[in-house]
Amino acid sequence: MEIDGFELRVGTDVQSIAEVAESIAHFGDRYVRRLYTDHEVECCGGVRVESAPGLAARFAAKEATIKLLRLTDDDPGWRSIEVRRRPGGWCDLSLSDGAQRLAEEAGVRHLSMSMSHGAGVATATVVGLCQAGARS
Amino acid sequence: MSPAEAEVRRLLEVHGGLPVEAATLDGEADLFDLGMTSHASVNVMLALEDSFDIEFPDEMLRKSTFESVNAISAALGELGAQAPIS
Repeated sequence: MEIDGFELRVGTDVQSIAEVAESIAHFGDRYVRRLYTDHEVECCGGVRVESAPGLAARFAAKEATIKLLRLTDDDPGWRSIEVRRRPGGWCDLSLSDGAQRLAEEAGVRHLSMSMSHGAGVATATVVGLCQAGARS
Repeated sequence: MSPAEAEVRRLLEVHGGLPVEAATLDGEADLFDLGMTSHASVNVMLALEDSFDIEFPDEMLRKSTFESVNAISAALGELGAQAPIS
């Protein structure tokens, strides 16, 4: 959909919470620090299996963002897509390094997101407003 | 099959979440097309690092590095990884 020179894009993803819990149990700190920022880990309760629902939601958010950016083999770096929890309790996305560069190339101007978890899975949807005609 | 490739296939069997046996996969078969998720590929990467005592540099952390048995074996070769002693 194109509106006034902007294209509306959406990315969504779902992630098994059990898979994330298993990865934390098996690889511990190495798994967590490779994928998530300190802020994300702190918001979810630290490096422990009980943090899996929040971390799974954040993994889904990172994947949803990658889908929105329509990347094929470019890897922005998992930690360059960060879910920031704001004082009011809601979350939004902060891009840095590779993700920021790729978003600029894709003409992304605004991003908004929502996450949820339950029934064994976590999900996230990211909506972006991009300049029409930028890299698709 | 080299010992290194056998270890790659063993780790894919354990961590890849594939619906088919990794031991009999075509070396060029696309693991993502076969059902390996991005999350599973992270587990495969960490397991490879543990098993081969290496660390994948950031520039190798892309989908194409882990898209097939042959691609993973090539990446390990690039990093000078030796097959683990069993």
